Amino acid sequence: MPHLAVSGVHANYGALEVLHGISFDVDRGGIVSLVGPSGSGKSTVLRTLVGLTRATRGTVEIDGDVIDYRSARAIRAARDRMAIVFQQYNLFQNMTVLRNCTLAPVKIKRRPRSEVEAEARDLLALVGLADKADAYPDELSGGQQQRVAIARALALRPDILLLDEVTSALDPELVGEVLDTIRRLSDEGMTMLLVSHEMGFVREVSNAVVFMDAGRVVETGSPAQIFDAPRSDRARDFFGKVLRH
Amino acid sequence: MERILAQAPDFFTPGNVGLLLEAAGLTLAMTVVGCGIGFALAFVLVYLRQTPGLWALPLRLICIAYVEVFRRIPFLVVIYLVLFFIQTVSTDASLFTIAVIAICLYAVAYTADIIRGGIESVPQTQVEAARAMNLGRLQTMIHVVLPQAWPVIVPPAIAFAVSFIKDTALVSQIGVFELTFRGKELNNQGFSGILVFGTIAMCYFILSFPLSLLGQYLENRLATPRGQRRARKLRRA
Ligand SMILES: Nc1ncnc2c1ncn2[C@@H]1O[C@H](COP(=O)(O)OP(=O)(O)O)[C@@H](O)[C@H]1O
Ligand SMILES: [Mg+2]
Repeated sequence: MPHLAVSGVHANYGALEVLHGISFDVDRGGIVSLVGPSGSGKSTVLRTLVGLTRATRGTVEIDGDVIDYRSARAIRAARDRMAIVFQQYNLFQNMTVLRNCTLAPVKIKRRPRSEVEAEARDLLALVGLADKADAYPDELSGGQQQRVAIARALALRPDILLLDEVTSALDPELVGEVLDTIRRLSDEGMTMLLVSHEMGFVREVSNAVVFMDAGRVVETGSPAQIFDAPRSDRARDFFGKVLRH
Repeated sequence: MERILAQAPDFFTPGNVGLLLEAAGLTLAMTVVGCGIGFALAFVLVYLRQTPGLWALPLRLICIAYVEVFRRIPFLVVIYLVLFFIQTVSTDASLFTIAVIAICLYAVAYTADIIRGGIESVPQTQVEAARAMNLGRLQTMIHVVLPQAWPVIVPPAIAFAVSFIKDTALVSQIGVFELTFRGKELNNQGFSGILVFGTIAMCYFILSFPLSLLGQYLENRLATPRGQRRARKLRRA
């Protein structure tokens, strides 16, 4: 049974439908990457999973249990298991890096502050920012904020980590650091759903790649199959452009 | 002018000065208590107004209607409405209480929009990040939104209270012994209107000027998250 199963999900912004039936599975401990042109709905898929955008049709299952997004309690349970790292980081501007990481574990999961803080400091060390615990987000570079956002998501101890283009705002030398972090998490068995334009990295870490275009899944397959032998013209066209530069 | 100078010694007797001080205190107390409670209630109103869901539609409409209605009624009319309404339900409510309630009702309507503006100035993405990690609506408001909204809310809220100090003069109409009421009384005793109301004007100025300064100070302190932080660091150092 897949850890996360998405089937036939539709979603709207206002009256405009942007997801027209998205389906894919993620196995426990696996890494699945969503790739495709910008505007194809990748971020919306992640938002739908955590209930920020309402799915109008289709189902999402975790370990075989369907998440009923009409129920506030079910959404809370889903958010307990999935943590999202936003493309724009969305760190809380009014608190330090450390408090960004400890707020939810202390206030929501009601874990002891000292324990949570120690763990948060370890996570900040993991992303190479041990010395920035007391800094405020606007004192950090984009790449540093991005890594704080990853540490903040990990502090929630999710089963599944949703990462939205976590390297798109990074300087080239930092891309390596963040990718190392993701690689390390994958070695530790974290289940991840990844939106990325780093095709080399996607190819290296993913168990499966989902190619999306205009709100639909065009192709799903192993990285080798999707990148080297895409079946659809759309994918061939896209990878032809992306991989060439 | 000579008449004013001649009257001055009789006017500035300890008794009259005491009366004026007491009246100034009353004016200040009405404003601070009324606006303070009004400000707090305005938060509640804004929060209720954001309640999601169809079932909360009547609640949202009531909140919107309250603000729209009270902003369109002259303050004097609010005062009389409160006076007559309170008098039908209780005969022993003090005029001070009635004045404070009127100020409060009025302040809620005006500061609610200030607060709403401040809350809406915080990017929705901050709210989404909080909700995605399971912070509830109230927790998101308290820990994430309000701390970032303060710099936008506080300066106009204080400016409102400062300008309201003078509008409280209207409650003299129902006989609260505040500054303007005492002024009229002393004027009726035969003191020169210029002397009396010149003094009263000074009193209003003395009351509101320090508050304006406080407002400016807070505005500078809160202006940016960086400014808040600098203030914290300075205090630590
Ligand atoms: N808040 C929004 N309101 C309206 N339309 C939106 C909103 N966010 C995204 N969209 C639209 O939904 C589509 C999918 O967007 P998105 O999921 O962000 O794509 P991707 O992440 O693949 O670039 C795009 O056409 C985009 O313009
Ligand atoms: Mg996106």
